Amino acid sequence: MAFTFAAFCYMLALLLTAALIFFAIWHIIAFDELKTDYKNPIDQCNTLNPLVLPEYLIHVFFCVMFLCATEWLTLGLNMPLLAYHVWRYMSRPVMSGPGLYDPTTIMNADILAYCQKEGWCKLAFYLLSFFYYLYGMIYVLVSS
Amino acid sequence: MLHLPMGHSYPSLPPGYQKMGIPPSPLAGPVQLTPSMAGLSLQSQTPEALRVVNLLQERNILPHGAVPPPTPCLPQDLQKFNCSPEVFRCTLTSIPQTQSLLNKAKLPLGLLLHPFKDLSQLPVVTSSTIVRCRTCRTYINPFVTFLDQKRWKCNLCYRVNDVPEEFMYNPVTRSYGEPHKRPEVQSPTIEFIAPSEYMLRPPQPAVYLFVLDVSHNAVETGYLDVVCQSLLDNLNSLPGDARTKIGFITFDSTIHFYNLQEGLSQPQMLVVSDIEDIFIPTPDSLLVNLSECKELVQDLLKALPQMFNKTMETHSALGPALQAAYKLLSPTGGRASVFQTQLPTLGAGALKSREDPNQRASAKDIQHLTPATDFYKKLALDCSGQQVAVDLFLLSGQYCDLASLGCISRFSAGSVYYYPSYHHQHNPSQVERFQKDLKRYLTRKIGFEAVMRIRCTKGLSIHTFHGNFFVRSTDLLSLPNVNPDAGFAVQMSIEENLLDMQMVSFQAALLYTSSKGERRIRVHTMCLPVVNSLSDIFAGADVQAITGLLASMAVDRSVTASLCDARDALTNAVIDSLATYRSSVLTIQQAGLLAPSCLRLFPLYILALLKQKAFRTGTSTRLDDRVFAMYQLKYQPLSYLMPMIHPVLYRVDDLTDEGALNINDRTIPQPRVLQLSVEKLSREGAFLMDAGLVIFLWIGRNCSSSFLSQVLGVPNYSAVPQNMTRLPELDTAESVRFRAFIGWLREQRPFYPVLHVIREESQLKPSFMQNMIEDRTESALSYYEFLLHLQQQISK
Repeated sequence: MAFTFAAFCYMLALLLTAALIFFAIWHIIAFDELKTDYKNPIDQCNTLNPLVLPEYLIHVFFCVMFLCATEWLTLGLNMPLLAYHVWRYMSRPVMSGPGLYDPTTIMNADILAYCQKEGWCKLAFYLLSFFYYLYGMIYVLVSS
Repeated sequence: MLHLPMGHSYPSLPPGYQKMGIPPSPLAGPVQLTPSMAGLSLQSQTPEALRVVNLLQERNILPHGAVPPPTPCLPQDLQKFNCSPEVFRCTLTSIPQTQSLLNKAKLPLGLLLHPFKDLSQLPVVTSSTIVRCRTCRTYINPFVTFLDQKRWKCNLCYRVNDVPEEFMYNPVTRSYGEPHKRPEVQSPTIEFIAPSEYMLRPPQPAVYLFVLDVSHNAVETGYLDVVCQSLLDNLNSLPGDARTKIGFITFDSTIHFYNLQEGLSQPQMLVVSDIEDIFIPTPDSLLVNLSECKELVQDLLKALPQMFNKTMETHSALGPALQAAYKLLSPTGGRASVFQTQLPTLGAGALKSREDPNQRASAKDIQHLTPATDFYKKLALDCSGQQVAVDLFLLSGQYCDLASLGCISRFSAGSVYYYPSYHHQHNPSQVERFQKDLKRYLTRKIGFEAVMRIRCTKGLSIHTFHGNFFVRSTDLLSLPNVNPDAGFAVQMSIEENLLDMQMVSFQAALLYTSSKGERRIRVHTMCLPVVNSLSDIFAGADVQAITGLLASMAVDRSVTASLCDARDALTNAVIDSLATYRSSVLTIQQAGLLAPSCLRLFPLYILALLKQKAFRTGTSTRLDDRVFAMYQLKYQPLSYLMPMIHPVLYRVDDLTDEGALNINDRTIPQPRVLQLSVEKLSREGAFLMDAGLVIFLWIGRNCSSSFLSQVLGVPNYSAVPQNMTRLPELDTAESVRFRAFIGWLREQRPFYPVLHVIREESQLKPSFMQNMIEDRTESALSYYEFLLHLQQQISK
């Protein structure tokens, strides 16, 4: 068993994906709270907005790591999500702070539904990538 | 600018476009058939609303007078309890049974409300128990069903509730055992006095704060005199009671507060120059009790215009002033009225001039319709949380980035007033308008710390809201101030199919604190039938409500996507609905552009919207004017909005008493409404165009001298003054009649439309001609060409 840089990348990605799964679950719960009138949109957006950039930066970070470890297949699988994140952040409403969610428009039923769907899709993607990185790590460790 | 020689009729009508000799009778509302009967669609039984109209052939589609709203197809004994269409209107008066049916009809489903409208008759109920459904909290209304004397069934969630003991007694008729005779069950619009469970905190007093721009530019325009004089005149009529408070802030590059403490000999000005970190100089006596400190307030108002006469300050620190206003008002809540005359240049929220004058007449997309910074939106949300509403008065000749500034009012339930190029000497008509609008603004009814909830029958849900407020949860609107001139619109969707239901109901409940400190709830309930055939849906379509809702949706689309997208969406709305009508409802296929009689005005209104200031391209429009027009489309209630979209043209040099209305012993003539085309103008006549915010009186070159002398007081055409805005009060019958007519038009809206008398060479002639929407211009189609375009798209 050789502990290569690629193995280290996969291990790190595994841990960070756990964090991303946590973010995705947080988003789902937050939008559900908004939908059932449990929370005020202003407070909810103030909690959600600071989490957006860290999530995107974590994802960018391990994409860069995979680039350095020359794991092309894994990088290719993460490219669409990277592009989506870039597009999403570019088309956000005018805001002085970081974030994507504007309390005046978030209660619109279409936007709320979109954000909920986005949360579920991301959760599914991160879960699948978690298991993929687990497999990848073991594969890299075993095949030295 | 097309200059058509007068006296010639518009280029000969294209073939097939015949002039009808006698116009069809005005639309009197659909025949009262039950929905199932209308579905039979036998030719002899087709209700008036579904009568097929070939728009390419019928020229005279406008009714004689105003377009009446359609009556829902309910049994007579239910319909008489239904809410007035002036307060509550639905785009489709027959609700489709399923979402797929609604999608097929290609018409938007939504409600347009004017909940706080000034009503002449409003039943007010003081009751110890307010009867509400246990699950959905709907207020009891005329459309519930009583199962027996002791139980009632909610019409929104179908839960069976018990009738409380107190409700069995009817105080009006002093009888027992007839709960259905109580006023709550007899009127669709009712006001309750709310007990203490409806209060989060003791009802707040009326608190008014005036934030005034006193930079050099502002003093130049001379608006301060008007504001101070108006306040002095109306100080005693400000709605409120003994607890009413008032305060003033003025600002240029620093913020000035005024200490009005009782006992001072004169008002004391406190200047705060640290605008980066604004603070309140003294804890109290900046907002003082009006009745106790009235003399000091009056002294301040008399002194204010002179105080800043010699000012040389050109900067404006609007952002810090708003922050100061927020800090001052947040303990109690209230209303801040902000008067601004230029772009804010200092401190937080400073804005840059983003308008490119060369792009005003762009035929492509319009930029900068979105706010430049979210400072004003964030501040508005903070204000909304503390029950502070901010009203903005923009009196500027230059670009002021209304798209960013307007956010302070839009999300705090305030209103935006706009007086472009206001100047006390150069623009006296704006001054008059400002004075009258201010009087209405200061004295109209007001509600504080309000929330509004709109409920619908199970199966329907609301997904988008339009208007000035903050959406606090899925159906709760937070309105720090509610005023009688604000309109709201919502879009709905059908979540579950409405099977087994004959009718659905909608209820709007507005909980507010009156200016006298009473907590009240105003409830409006409307009931509409459910239908399951496309022809019934089309028969119940309310074309004005549909136009109003589409206008709000188009404003949203131009801000989120682009203006061109919004324009295309408007055109597609007409194309899709008429195509559906043609393919699914019409039994006999004919040539031409066919529409049901209830939708015959739809293409005309959409063309009017495309040529309206908010959406037009190719004609030079200032960005602030355009943004203000968009705000009006979302804010104004439908009845005041329609003349702004489709101005009303009358011939007035031959007014007669035939068919006149008799209101308060005055005879008001009712001339015929004409199409908006230069073809209808004639050199021999005088024509009045009511465009909502402004009224034009166009005088033909050969107008009869009797009209000129007896109404305008001038001997001949060349003596008509260039910028005439007032009518002389002459004793002649024609003058009395004419002034009664204009007075009646003006009474129908809360804002004051200026009258402009236009001659052939007047500067305002282009504005008048731009309202002739049926004519062709270099950048837009004529009405007939638009119809041909629609027909071509439908036949594809």
